[in-house]
Amino acid sequence: MTPYMISPARIIARRIETPGIYTFGMRLRDRELRTAYRFRAGQFNMLYAFGVGEVPISIVSDPAEPEILEHTIRVAGRVTGVMAGWKVGDIVGVRGPYGNGWPVEAARGRDVVIVTGGLGCAPVVGLINYIFRRRADYGELHILHGVKTPNDLLYRPRFDQWRREPRTHVYLTTDRPDKSWRYRIGVVTSLFDELTVPSSSIVMMCGPEIMMRLAAHSLREKGIAEDDIYLSLERRMECAVGLCGHCQYREHFVCKDGPIFSYRTVKGLFAQSGL
Amino acid sequence: MNEPLKLPKMKLPKTALDELMNLLWGEGFKVLGPVARESGVTFEEVRKTTDLPVGVRETQEPGRYRLSAGSAAEIFGVVNGAGSLKPFFFAPEETLLEVRRERHGFRAVAAPPAAPRLAFIGVRACDLAALAVQDRIFLRDRFRDTHYAARRQDAFFVAVNCTRSAATCFCASMGTGPEARTGFDLALTEMDDCFVLRCGSAAGEAIAARLAPEAASREQVAAAQARIDECAASMQRQLDTSDLPRLLYEEAGNPRWDDVAARCLSCTNCTMVCPTCFCHAVFDVQEIDGNMSRRVRQWDSCFSFEHAQIHGINFRPKIHDRYRQWLTHKLASWIDQFGTSGCVGCGRCITWCPVGIDLTEEVAAIRAGRGKR
Repeated sequence: MTPYMISPARIIARRIETPGIYTFGMRLRDRELRTAYRFRAGQFNMLYAFGVGEVPISIVSDPAEPEILEHTIRVAGRVTGVMAGWKVGDIVGVRGPYGNGWPVEAARGRDVVIVTGGLGCAPVVGLINYIFRRRADYGELHILHGVKTPNDLLYRPRFDQWRREPRTHVYLTTDRPDKSWRYRIGVVTSLFDELTVPSSSIVMMCGPEIMMRLAAHSLREKGIAEDDIYLSLERRMECAVGLCGHCQYREHFVCKDGPIFSYRTVKGLFAQSGL
Repeated sequence: MNEPLKLPKMKLPKTALDELMNLLWGEGFKVLGPVARESGVTFEEVRKTTDLPVGVRETQEPGRYRLSAGSAAEIFGVVNGAGSLKPFFFAPEETLLEVRRERHGFRAVAAPPAAPRLAFIGVRACDLAALAVQDRIFLRDRFRDTHYAARRQDAFFVAVNCTRSAATCFCASMGTGPEARTGFDLALTEMDDCFVLRCGSAAGEAIAARLAPEAASREQVAAAQARIDECAASMQRQLDTSDLPRLLYEEAGNPRWDDVAARCLSCTNCTMVCPTCFCHAVFDVQEIDGNMSRRVRQWDSCFSFEHAQIHGINFRPKIHDRYRQWLTHKLASWIDQFGTSGCVGCGRCITWCPVGIDLTEEVAAIRAGRGKR
């Protein structure tokens, strides 16, 4: 079968996270495909709107329940704009899962540091929920999140909720605070001053590359190994199967070799702009 | 230089070429060969020797291509044109899926290509090597491309070993020619009065047997090999492939990239004529009645401004970035990705560059300026 084949799925739930960000629950219509479908935390699907186009979107629901796939979509262009209008009962297209996923097995029994930035990051929401559902398998959980302005902090109630979970520490910072800001002031790397973690911790990051690059430096200074720092990269993807060429990052195809890379793998590339 | 192959060689009179084409048409192949068309050659349907550019040669220089009169009896005097084998297997534009609207929802149906069995006459070693590179990408990577596979499966290739090179050729540097080593069914070396013939497959042997070739004498075989060796030795361009991929990885900051970026128009010609470039766009085209949408694949180029653009970010906004991406991919990261260089030394990107940028010269300049910042 062609690797481009699209499978129809029915929207079974729609939730507005914040204006412009929607989470959709969907089920593949074909029973055989649905029961055979498996994915790992951090993998993504290509979602399709009939006649409009396709976009790569990470799966945020739990891999233990692969018959229901949840995707959080931020309106960023023409295709996601159409997707924002999807309603319960609509038939949409799914192709996947693609990509490698988060190193959740390697993280078992260890302290986990999650670093995100910017306008929220769906891949880490799925990861955080994954850890909460298996809380005993993981050590302390540190969630660090940096935004430019307080208005960019899209999931404030969610961070407050996470903060109340056992063995969970939430650190927030902004470059440009307003009067309501109760958290730290400064770029995301300033959060690392507060962070005390054993060097055996594992780190997973998602967000602007400049932020991840600076964060990786700070984490290295804390004695965390390059192989224990993972980053989720974003590139243009049109095929998701390593053939269209758009997602190349020097020798890496972000769609099939990533989207999650160890810092050791990509640190040399971070030093150069325009790759 | 390549070691000569130790396979039995035979001899065919030049008139046997007509018979070969007849046999292939008779076997149900659509037979394609180089045809002089306006100011170049393209692979088109051929039924007889006179359809081929007999007595024609070409001159190629950076940014320049001209057909000219060659020696009268020479059938395969033109080394190559802008078109390689690529478009016949990796189509410039094709429909991958047809998505039909249904009462509730839609259904996607694969749109397999109408794939005639193709036979090619006069394929050069570089283009066979390029096809092997495309096979690695489309057939032997993690995801097998069924459209490419359908077009590719029954193709028949009659190679012609090069006995002259264009000024832009550098296959000897890339280890891909001028002699066809693999990937052909039959290979011809054109001599003044005959072809020296070699079979490369069982299908080739079956066709060759029907042409009743004579055994080639030791002298004829040696003379054919001498022409190929002479072609390799006289090649005007070289590309030093030593220490790749490392050279280009380490030299991402070399000032030569600024120099070439000032000349490059980012026109995409080099990627369109390249026999191995595989980048493509995937998009959806809705029919006017709104009931059917086709998923289309179309050749794309890393020189397109939008190639590495996502919402709000363009990872390669400058021509500097895009030329470096193309050359680094072609000669370096391709090796890490697919275990082979993406360059076969056909020289098309040099000839068909409107400003005559020569990648062999660019690599030499980067190598000479190693460590400069």
